[in-house]
Order: sequence, then structure tokens, then C-alpha cells
Amino acid sequence: MSETDAPDELVIDVHGLNKSFSDKHVVKDFSIQVAKGRITGFLGPNGSGKTTTLRMLCGLLTPDSGTGKCLGFDIVEQTEDIKCNVGYMTQKFSLYDDLTIEENLMFMARVHALDRRHERVRDALERLGLVERRRQLAGKLSGGWKQRLALAAATLHEPDLLLLDEPTAGVDPKARRTFWDEIHSLSAEGLTVLVSTHYMDEAERCHDIAYISYGELIARGTVSDILRQTKLVTYEGSGAGVDRLGPEIAGRPGVEAAAPFGATLHVSGTDREALKRALTPYEHAPFKWRESEPTLEDAFIHLMGQAEDNYK
Amino acid sequence: MTAPARRKRPDSWELRVLAILVKEFTQLTRDRLTYAMILAVPIMQLLLFGYAINTQPRHLPMAVLVQDNSVLARSTLAAFVNTGFFDITHTARTPAELDRLIATGEVTFALTIPGDFTRRVALGDQPQVLLEADATDPSATQPAIAAATGLPSQALSHDLKGGLGPRAARPPPFEVVVHNRYNPEGITSYNIVPGLLGVILTLTLVIFTALSVTREIERGTMESLLATPAQPIEVMIGKLAPYVIVGLIQTVIILVLARLLFNVPMAGGWLALSVGVLLFITGSLALGFFFSTLARTQLQAMQMSIFYLLPSILLSGFMFPFRGMPQWAQAIGTMIPVTHFLRVVRGALLKGEGIGVLWPSLTALGVFVCVVTALAMLRYRRTLD
Repeated sequence: MSETDAPDELVIDVHGLNKSFSDKHVVKDFSIQVAKGRITGFLGPNGSGKTTTLRMLCGLLTPDSGTGKCLGFDIVEQTEDIKCNVGYMTQKFSLYDDLTIEENLMFMARVHALDRRHERVRDALERLGLVERRRQLAGKLSGGWKQRLALAAATLHEPDLLLLDEPTAGVDPKARRTFWDEIHSLSAEGLTVLVSTHYMDEAERCHDIAYISYGELIARGTVSDILRQTKLVTYEGSGAGVDRLGPEIAGRPGVEAAAPFGATLHVSGTDREALKRALTPYEHAPFKWRESEPTLEDAFIHLMGQAEDNYK
Repeated sequence: MTAPARRKRPDSWELRVLAILVKEFTQLTRDRLTYAMILAVPIMQLLLFGYAINTQPRHLPMAVLVQDNSVLARSTLAAFVNTGFFDITHTARTPAELDRLIATGEVTFALTIPGDFTRRVALGDQPQVLLEADATDPSATQPAIAAATGLPSQALSHDLKGGLGPRAARPPPFEVVVHNRYNPEGITSYNIVPGLLGVILTLTLVIFTALSVTREIERGTMESLLATPAQPIEVMIGKLAPYVIVGLIQTVIILVLARLLFNVPMAGGWLALSVGVLLFITGSLALGFFFSTLARTQLQAMQMSIFYLLPSILLSGFMFPFRGMPQWAQAIGTMIPVTHFLRVVRGALLKGEGIGVLWPSLTALGVFVCVVTALAMLRYRRTLD
């Protein structure tokens, strides 16, 4: 939030959004500001309200309460204008399986009433490298290609804001990298991106991060901001068999999490002294302990734990 | 630094309609099962239903023109009513009025008792009364006609006493001449086949569009569609338009087969027929679209379509003569567009009637289109809420 000094540069500016489905309060008093040209990672466990929030931002859901603007348009009153300027990529592939790649793009071009439609579709196909396969049915594409096609379809009308809902779920690492390269090049052209994800490496590719849990925004800032905010201390243990100690160590006072990372074990907590005491019984061969930088994953597991405690 | 100028939604609704129209049409051509349905259903149904179901409707409306105000004439009328097949609903003063009543379908029968009736009965001259029947639906009129032709031998037995006693004996004192109008041979397929047009269009078109929105919801494509600037009415027009063409193709198939296989007469009334077909196709599609805004799954949409289809077949006058149904069933039938469509098709094809006569049914169809479209627009969800 530290980057948002001039208010007219805010692409997303919403306050106190609430949304319930029957008796389930999915999004609670949610406020967020996103500055122009930033890539913001939207993180949180499953069912934490990420999709619902994205849908409220692009006019697909009406918030029960709360106000705000998206691209300067009111998110309740001016949803039609928002839809013309936002690209939204759904979690599940939502283009037409029984239309070809080209037909899907042409549909988007027409439905957005774009000019130079053939040219734009042609350009998009070239960027995707799908000119040869343009007559192939979209349903026959592999997961990675589907996602790239969906991204092309969502950006065909040159939106100012791109909302991506777990765009790389179930996509192989190489395709994920290509996908992220495209997002960064779009961002370089001035596009603002809000992308929800589960992958830590993807979170680190974002300019900044918003962490949501049980419908509440609980952390916001750059990766280093968040690591600082959590005040987490992490020790890394190595030596044969250290990874099997996890459950045992996790139960000790002062330890918030003990998670194996390959052959090593990450033990973290907020109280350095308590953590040290907890590890004392294990300070013998073959185990070696050293303090390390907490990773983003450590931070999130910590945040998740905290949110759960608050929730109970 | 100021925010960049954002685009407002462009006014080009026709492009958005085109987008959806082209998409629906392309999807339709990719779906072989639907293709098969478009062609196979009309042909199959036509062959299956080509041979009719007979029933015995009673209390059919009859107009009378009595030119001989006498006891014998009144007894003759009473004899008609006593058969249970005829109800005298209109009394005409001129032959022209009688003609109009049967032409507009207000009555099914028209009875003329000539001016010299009593005199010729007395003379033993065996006068004729003319019973004109609207035979567009012969299954409705045939039992009544059978009863009418058997009635002269008994009708006047109470009146012909004393001096006229011998006249009551054989041969019967008068004769009923039956004149079948519009379908002189009383061929039931003439009636069933045009009726099939209504049933087949209902069956296929309602189901096609009932699935159109629910399919998008089930496949998850609705989320993308809702995220585009397309308006509900644009989505509806774009989704219905390809099926209007489908409906027209089916209409042509049915009419051509009706002519070739069943020799159904086509007396004209093409303009009224075209207007009726277009309104009915649009209405059926709009109804399907409305169902699909109510249903959560394709299965539900299908069930609603079938629920609607049953009264359309049973209460519209397609399967059972409309006049033969009890009042409550007729009331429901009046609410169903097929009923009005059948009147238009039979009126136009078999009687050659034009818009001047068929306008009440055409208006009913028009109202149906408007009401259902309005309901669909009210129900169409612009969000995922």
C-alpha cells in the first residue's frame, strides 16, 4: 500500500466489501487498493473468498455491502462499463470447447464490438504461436495452451485491468513460466494485474501480495514487507533423518510449524528464545541447525495458522 | 497524472448479437445429434401421427337458420339437440350470416330448415334440411353427422298424428343433407398433419433453447459470457435467431411432406400462415429461453419442456377436438400458444382464411411472445449471484 500515493492512480479502490451465500459469510469487510501497472498476487487457502472477491471486482457478483471503484467506475452501478475495460480469466476454462481457437477469439472480438477484428485476432494468434492450429477445437488443447488461449481472449479488447483466477492451476512448470512471461510483458505495457494463486514461486513473481483468509485481508505488501510483518524466525535443520522429526518437533511449545523441505526441516515460530529451547534436545549429531531466512511459504503457513486461531 | 480515459460500452448492439448468433450457429452445426433431431423428428412424428385418433366430442356449437317458423321445424331442432351432439348457440337470420359463423369457426355446424318445410312434410314430399359441417377436424364432426342422418325417422313421430299419421311411417318425413365444408372427404390426416406442425415445432424448439442457457451454466462458459458487455436481450436475440431458421426449415419439411404424402389441401392464406409460423416459432423459442433461465441444470430444463409439452399435445385441439373438451380443459388450452397456432394453420391451409379472419389467434400468439420475452428478461441473471 506504500506505493499508492496519488489517488487517481488507483485502478482498484474498494472498501468494506461483504458477501454471503445463504448463511456463509464468504468475504468480510474487504478493502484493497491496487495501483496502476502493478502485478498483485492474491493469495489465500482454498475457500478463503478469492474467487468471490475477483467476481465482485468485475461485476459478476453484487456485494451485499461496501463501496468502491474499479477503473474509476462504481462496482455496483457501473458494472457494464467495468466489463468493457476489464479482462477476466476464470478459474475453470470457460471458452467454448466446441468452437475453434479462431472462432473463440472472433467471438470475443465481436462481443466487445472491437474494430479491426480480423487483424486483432490474427495478431493474437501470432503472439500465441497458434496460427497453424487456429482451426483446432479449443476443447482439444492441452491445459497449458488452454490457459494461454484464455489469456489471449481476456486481453483481446486491450483491458486496463486483468483479473486472473488461479490461471496456472494444473499447468506444467514450463507452460507456467511462459504464461508469467506474458503477464509481465502485458504489465510492462501498463496493464494492472490481480492474480490469485496457490504457488509460492508465482507469488514471488508479483510486485506485491495480498493475503486473504476466511474472507479477510490479513497481509498486504511486497514479499519482503510481508516477511518483515510476520516477525518469523526460522531454523533450518539438516542431517540424516531430520525430515522425519517434523511431527515430533511441531508439538513442542514455541514451535508454530515444522515442515520438511526436501532433506531439510524448517522449524519456525515468532519467539526466538522459545524456539531455541524447543530445539535444544535435538542439538546433537547427525543434526545441524542454523538460522535461515523464512520463506514466503513459512510466512503463509504462519498467517494461515493465525487466521484459524482468530476464527475459532 | 490523471487516469486514462476509459472506454464506455459501445452502442453497437448488433455486433454483440452477431457474436452470439454466429457462436450459437457454429455450435449447432458441430452438434450432430441436434442436426439429426432437426431432420428426423418432423419426419418421424409425421409418419407416426399421420393416422388419427378418433373421439366422440358432444355438444358441438351449431348455428341455425329457420325459414319456416312452425311446430315441425321446432321439433326438428329439438331432435338435433336431443342427440347430445349439437348445441344451438346462434340463430342466423340470413344465409350470409350462417356462412360467416361457420367460416370463422364460431360454430362447427350450420343447419338450414327451408321455408316450405311443413308444407312439404304434409304433402309427403320428403323435404331436405341442410347440415353444413366444418370438417377441418373430421374426427370431431363424424359422430355427430352419423347421429344427424339417423334422426329423421324418429324426430317428428310425436307431431305426425291423426291425419298426418301415415307421413310418420316409412319413408322418413324429411331428409338431412350433409355438406362437409373444407374437407369434404373427412380425411383425418388433413386435420392431424397441420396440427403436427404445431406439436413438432413446440417439441424441438422449446427444448433447443431451454438447454441453451443451462448448457452455458453447466459447462462454465456462462461466467465468461457474463463478464462480457453483452446485454440480456442481445444474448437472447443472438441465441434465438439461429433456431428461427431451424424452425422455418422444419416448417417447410412438414408442409412439403404433408402435400406429398398426405395430399393435404393448401387453400391459401399464406400471409396469415407465415405470420402465424413466425410468431409461434419466436414464442416457442422465447419460452424455452425462459425455462432455461429458471432451470439450474439441463435435466431440469428438459423436464420443464416436457411438462409444457403434454398439455400442448393433449389440450390444444391437436389430439382431441377442442370443442369436445370440458370447460376447464378448454380454459387451459386457451392459454397455450399451440391452440391458437393450430387455429391459424387449419384456418389458413384448409379454409384459405386470411388475416382478416384469423387475427384473434394471431394476436394471442403475439401477446404470448411479448409476455414470455418480458418474463425471460426479468429472470435472466446478469450476475452469478
